[in-house]
Amino acid sequence: MSTSNAIQASGLGHLSDATQKRLQRKARIDVWFERMLFAFAFAVLLLLGAIIASLMVSSWPAIQRYGLDFFTENRWAANVEVFGALPAIYGTLLTSFIAIVIAVPISFGIAIFLTEQCPGFLRQPLSTLIELLAGIPSIIYGMWGMEVLAPLLRTWFPTVFPAGTGLTTAGIILAVMIIPFITAVSRDVINTVPAVMRESAYGLGCTTWEVTRSVILPSVKTGLVGGVVLGLGRALGETMAVTFVIGNNLFLNTTLTGQGTSIAALIANQFSESDGSQRSALLALGLILFLITFAVLAFARYLLRNSTGRHA
Amino acid sequence: MNISQTPLYRRRKRLSQLVMVLCQVATLIGFAFLFAILFTLVTKGLGAISPATFVERTRMTGGGLGNAIWGTFIMTCAATVIGTVIGVAAGTWLAEYSGKGMMAKVIRFINDILLSAPSIIIGLFIYAMVVVPMGNFSGWAGVLALTVIIVPVVIRSTEDMLRLIPNSLREAAAALGAHRYWIIVRVCYSGARAGILTGILLGFARISGETAPLLFTSLNSNQWNFFDLGSEMANLPMTIYQNMTINAFIPDLVALAWGGALILTAAILILNIAARYFSRQRS
Repeated sequence: MSTSNAIQASGLGHLSDATQKRLQRKARIDVWFERMLFAFAFAVLLLLGAIIASLMVSSWPAIQRYGLDFFTENRWAANVEVFGALPAIYGTLLTSFIAIVIAVPISFGIAIFLTEQCPGFLRQPLSTLIELLAGIPSIIYGMWGMEVLAPLLRTWFPTVFPAGTGLTTAGIILAVMIIPFITAVSRDVINTVPAVMRESAYGLGCTTWEVTRSVILPSVKTGLVGGVVLGLGRALGETMAVTFVIGNNLFLNTTLTGQGTSIAALIANQFSESDGSQRSALLALGLILFLITFAVLAFARYLLRNSTGRHA
Repeated sequence: MNISQTPLYRRRKRLSQLVMVLCQVATLIGFAFLFAILFTLVTKGLGAISPATFVERTRMTGGGLGNAIWGTFIMTCAATVIGTVIGVAAGTWLAEYSGKGMMAKVIRFINDILLSAPSIIIGLFIYAMVVVPMGNFSGWAGVLALTVIIVPVVIRSTEDMLRLIPNSLREAAAALGAHRYWIIVRVCYSGARAGILTGILLGFARISGETAPLLFTSLNSNQWNFFDLGSEMANLPMTIYQNMTINAFIPDLVALAWGGALILTAAILILNIAARYFSRQRS
C-alpha cells in the first residue's frame, strides 16, 4: 500500500497502528475529495459539449433537408414547410445593432459621470441602483415596451411607427436593458486606472474632459470594448424583452422600423406548437444563435481578460 | 496676463463643461428610463394585488397567482440546491486545486461563456435532453434548465471568494497537520462563507425571473401542484407571459399579469439588496 510506505518513509513508523490507520484514511479522503471536485468542474466542459451536440443532433434533419437554402430563403412559412432563417437572423443582428448604438453613448456617459464627476455621497447609491436594475427580469422590459413605449412611439411618430412595434422598438427596449450591464463594466474598468495617472494629468493643467479623453479612455480601451461586446452578447440572445414588441413578421423586411422577428422571438413563439421539420428547423435556428453568441462572448472575454469586471 | 483669461483656455474649459453636461444628460436619460419602468410596474401592478392573489390558483376568470408563485418558489429552490452543490464543488476545484494548468483555463473560459449564454438555448437543450426522452413537460425539466443557468454564477462567486482567502491561513492550517480537504472545509469555507452565500442569493434572484428556459421545459399549468415535479408545473414568469399574449383579450388576466410582474420584481430587488447586505457584513 503506497500510503503506508509513505508513512514509513516519512519517519512516522513509530506511530501506533490506530494512528497510522487514521492517517491513511484521511489521505484517501484527500485524494477522493480532489477527484470529486474535479469531476464537478469537468462537468462544466461536458455541459457545453452536450449543448452543442444535442442542438446539432436534433437540428440535423432540417440541415439535411434545407441545406444552404436555410440561409437564403427570405421567409419562414410553416404552412408550406419553407423555412428561411434570413428574416430572423436579420432581425437579431439589426435589433442588437440598434441597441448598441443607443446604449453605448448613454452607458459611457453614465460611467464617466459616476467616476469623474459624481459627488462622493451619490456615487455609491447610484452605482448600487444601476446594479439592482441589471437584475430586473427581461420579461418586465418586454411588458413595458408593449404597454408604454410602443403606444408612445405610435402617438409621437405615427408616420415612422404606424404600429408602434417593430425592429427599432425592440432595439430601444434592448438598449434600455443592456445599459446597466455596459455601465457597470465600464465603471469597473475605468476604476482600475490608478489615481496617480489622473492626478498627474490634472497637475499638467488638463480639464476634466481632456483627462478623460487622453488619459483614462485610452488606457482602458480594450476593457470598454469588452464591456460593449458583452452587452452585445446579451442583446443577441435576449428573448422576452424582444418577443412582445418586435412585431413577429416572418417575411424578410429590410427596413429599420418595420415589423420583423428575431431568432429568439421566433423560437419562443413557435416552438411549443411545432413538430417535425418545423421543430427541427427551429432547433437549427437555436444552434445558429448559440454559435453567434459563443463567438461574440468569447471575443468579449478575450478583451476583458485583464480586467476584473464580475458583472453579467 | 492671467492664463485663465486666454481664449484657448476658455475654449478648452467650455468644451470640457459641454461634455460633462452631456454625461449628466446621459445619466438622467438612463435613470429616467429605469424609473419609468418601475413607475409603470407600481401603478399598474399595485391595484391588481390583493390577499386572494397569493392564495387562489390561476383561472380564466377571477383567481389569483398562488399556484404560480408556489411553483416558481419550488423550482427555484430545487435548482438552487442542486446548483449550489455542483457550483461550489467546481468553483472549489478551480480555486484550490487547478493551479495554472490548461484545463483550469479552459473550464474558466467555458464557464464565462455559459454565464451569459442565451437562456432560451438552455431551454432548447433541456427540451432535447430531458423533455423528449421523458415524453412530457415536467417540473424537473424546468428545475434542470434553471440549474444550468445558476451553476456558472455559483462557480464564479465561489472561485472569486476562495481566492480572497490569504495563503498564509492555508499554510498555518497545514503546519498544524490538517489534511488538504480539512483545510478547505474548515478554513477556506468558513472564511468565504458570506461571499459564497451572496453569490448563491444573486443566482437565486436571477433564475427566479427567467422565462425563456421554462417555455419548453416546465411549461405552465393552472392547477395547484405542490411537489409533483414529474408533471407540468405552474410558474410566475410563464403565467405573466401567457396572460400578456394568448390571454391578452381578458382584461382581468392582463391586470393580474402586472400584479405578478410587480411581485416578481419586488422579490428579486429584495433578494439583491439582501445579498448586498450580506456581503457588506463580511467586509
